[in-house]
Amino acid sequence: MSTSDNPPTQFVDNNLKPVGHGRMLRKEDARFIRGKGRFIDDIQPSGMLHLAILRAPIAHGRIVSVDVTLAEAHPKVKLVGTGAMLAERGLAWMPTLANDVQPVLATDKVRFQWQEVAFVVADDRYAARDALELIDVEYEQLPVVVDARTALDPSAPVIRDDLSGKSDNHCFDWETGDQQATDAVFAGAEVVVRQDMVYPRVHPAPLETCGAVADYDPIDGNLTLWSTTQAPHAHRTLYAMVAGLPEHKIRVISPDIGGGFGNKVPIYPGYLCTIVASMLTGAPVKWTEDRFENLTSTAFARDYVMRGEIAATKAGKVLAIRTSVLADHGAFNGVAAPTKYPAGFFGVFTGSYDIQAAHCTMTAVYTNKAPGGIAYSCSFRIAEAVYLIERLVDCLADELAMDPVELRLLNLLRPEQFPYTSKTGWVYDSGDYEQTLREALKIADYAGLRREQAEKRARGELMGVGVSVFTEAVGAGPRKDMDILGLGMADGAALCVYPTGTAVLRVSCQTQGQGHETTFAQIVAEQIGIPPADIKVVHGDTDQTPFGMGTYGSRSTPVSGAAAALVARKVRDKAHLFAATMLEATVADLEWNKGSFHVIGNPTKSLTIQQIAKWAYGTGRQPDGVEGGLEAHIHYHPDNLTYPNGAYICVVDVDPGTAAVTVRRFIAVDDCGTRINPMIIEGQVHRGLTDGVGMALMEMITFDEAGNCLAASLMDYLLPTALEVPDWETGFTVTPSPHHPIGAKGIGECATVGSPPAIVNAVVDALKPYGLRHADMPLTPSRLWEAMNGNPRPPM
Amino acid sequence: MRVTMRVNGNDVTREIEGRLLLVHFLRDHLGLTGTHWGCDTSNCGACAVWLDGEPVKSCTVLAAMAGGHEVRTVEGLERRGELDAIQRGFMECHGLQCGFCTPGMLMTTRALLDRHPSPSEQEIREAISGQVCRCTGYATIVRSVQWAAAEQAGTRTTIAANETS
Repeated sequence: MSTSDNPPTQFVDNNLKPVGHGRMLRKEDARFIRGKGRFIDDIQPSGMLHLAILRAPIAHGRIVSVDVTLAEAHPKVKLVGTGAMLAERGLAWMPTLANDVQPVLATDKVRFQWQEVAFVVADDRYAARDALELIDVEYEQLPVVVDARTALDPSAPVIRDDLSGKSDNHCFDWETGDQQATDAVFAGAEVVVRQDMVYPRVHPAPLETCGAVADYDPIDGNLTLWSTTQAPHAHRTLYAMVAGLPEHKIRVISPDIGGGFGNKVPIYPGYLCTIVASMLTGAPVKWTEDRFENLTSTAFARDYVMRGEIAATKAGKVLAIRTSVLADHGAFNGVAAPTKYPAGFFGVFTGSYDIQAAHCTMTAVYTNKAPGGIAYSCSFRIAEAVYLIERLVDCLADELAMDPVELRLLNLLRPEQFPYTSKTGWVYDSGDYEQTLREALKIADYAGLRREQAEKRARGELMGVGVSVFTEAVGAGPRKDMDILGLGMADGAALCVYPTGTAVLRVSCQTQGQGHETTFAQIVAEQIGIPPADIKVVHGDTDQTPFGMGTYGSRSTPVSGAAAALVARKVRDKAHLFAATMLEATVADLEWNKGSFHVIGNPTKSLTIQQIAKWAYGTGRQPDGVEGGLEAHIHYHPDNLTYPNGAYICVVDVDPGTAAVTVRRFIAVDDCGTRINPMIIEGQVHRGLTDGVGMALMEMITFDEAGNCLAASLMDYLLPTALEVPDWETGFTVTPSPHHPIGAKGIGECATVGSPPAIVNAVVDALKPYGLRHADMPLTPSRLWEAMNGNPRPPM
Repeated sequence: MRVTMRVNGNDVTREIEGRLLLVHFLRDHLGLTGTHWGCDTSNCGACAVWLDGEPVKSCTVLAAMAGGHEVRTVEGLERRGELDAIQRGFMECHGLQCGFCTPGMLMTTRALLDRHPSPSEQEIREAISGQVCRCTGYATIVRSVQWAAAEQAGTRTTIAANETS
């Protein structure tokens, strides 16, 4: 099945509500459109104090002294915290998600600009900020490392002298694929194209910044922590490990979250400061980060310097891919990825193509920049991988003077090759890549676009058409090889159908806008026939939900969604037993028909799930060996990742006088397997496409040579507005995942991953008359102008 | 200092610091937490409210400057238990995801429709260009405003939901 889901000119009648999958308005909207969402800064327990953080103004320096005397004397200040104070309690350093360590408050040195140095707790947020200015910190400045390419120079200052025996800025090496086989293919290849490219440092910049409210009860030792976390259960366990608090006394609540995009996966120093402050003051304490702090100190994404090589025949058959990557991890390795995957899922850089060999080497380094390495709406570094392969394929098309679509069609994996084990060991579950691409070509009228381009080129106008075909690997992950800090990447679900036939589903994932309260109700509804309106989805509160790893890397539907479907089937199986008893039939006599069991051949003899629920809690006869009640619990580990795919076509116009790029059209055809709520899927795709415009054309976290962050506000770090993006044209194909219980795959990040190369390919295509083969993102007018005029500038 | 203003139709008087921002006055002093704060630099528009009917970014307005004036926030859109057409439009057309930018978007687009009952797509995009949404990609926000415009004009026609899925 393939079709376009572009908006009709008429509006959709939403009164036709599905019982399961299908377009359905979101349950959560009712509160948001009234201003009644409950975000972190809306949490205001009585007697609450406010915490603010003092940060280092320099990128690298030894702390000589910290004088808090004046701050402590401020009449509204209740507490001042320093690294020395935390060190006394063994809390000055904390583990990162990547088995590195990071200071909560600096004790010895500061290693990136705006690193946390001290905190103040005061009666109100203004007073807390006032008091920060009364803290006197003396630094001895040290030389800085800003450019990853110089981090391993023998003369570079050693940033991580806290690590014993560390004498350089080397972070880790990583390798995948078969070097010997790859080198052999390259040695014999008719055509080899090499291209250096940079995926610049960017920041997810959710509209709501990070924050926390900690409320510690000294009498019973219970800690309630409201925080902006995408993974409340994992955070609870980590707090127990770091702070030594008993885990059963920690309750983490992730309230409404104003966007996450990976930025709210890590534990930040501010959260721990807030907890410590509540424990020491005995009062609830709130920390709300400002935008400047969010952009300069919380987790960045990307920052890969990549060399890619592609080997092919003259006829355009791609044979092998080889790449070497220099990864800038900042001052601490804060990458958020499964333990055995220090480079995330970059290993899928072979893309959607049938090739003979592949090899990658990677070196990661420390620099005097903020830590991170989270995904920014991609599944663990797949954005970098997809960009590499899709740019390389376009470079090859340029070398061979082939149409980039023709070249891709020649090399795409074919449906009969699935499940397909890639040359780097990834088992792609399903897909029909050619069908997806052909659907995009059809919506775009690709041939028509090329005709238009030829006409415009003849007139001196710069129009470009860019294509990308991508495969994502989402839904971490299988227990056998995926964990974070020893925690398997599973998710739990508990479903209780109440005596009156309504239900509550409790899930371990958490929503930051994805609409789980709606889609998860639909998943259950599809399985047990209770209308979604009668199913409440509880999430984001560790005291009320089963353990699981949370929402990131597009894992909600692949993992939690599977758990929801399976727990609903468990409940249905139990209802089946009850129905047999109630109808005095055997289990084999009964047939399920979305919402009711009936005797095969006698549809009048039937029971609805609601009738069964009432019986299950009642006084009627129970099936032998079955407990009363109608509920079930599950802890789900996926067998494999899911592999959604897509084909994107971007049409740009470039102003020859200013080098300004206009994205005129963007066609996105996605295949995420079974579609639960097409409206929500479309919204997810739109968001990612907008991310793509941002990264390709606007967004970059830059530093000067002293390590000063130059993108510290939304005036300097440019995000797309409604004027920079077109009216998206979307379509879809459906190849269900064979191992997911309902055949669904993750969709939340596909467009963020797939769109940047399509846009860059389009811009480079527009600039063919200038002989340009590549230009590095972001393609701002000034940077593109330099590239057009033969002076390409790598991003810094 | 003492400040008095009318907020969502109610007169309020509070003792405040002169430097207090309107956004914090609304949120921390009046408990109207529907108005959000997102950037400090009036780039994101999450804090947009009306001051005498004009959308302003309340992170760059002092509460004192609103003294003697009329403020309307997202909490004041619903009248007598009935949602405004713009609120319904955002629900009907999936004009929000995380909901953080939504109050500001609603205030700006309600003001747009008051001036231009039938705005073009480009006019809608320009009206919200001072506001950032990180979730929707804006197309569904444009549709939401178009829905509200059609609803108000009584020209809204519908098709069945299953035809799009």
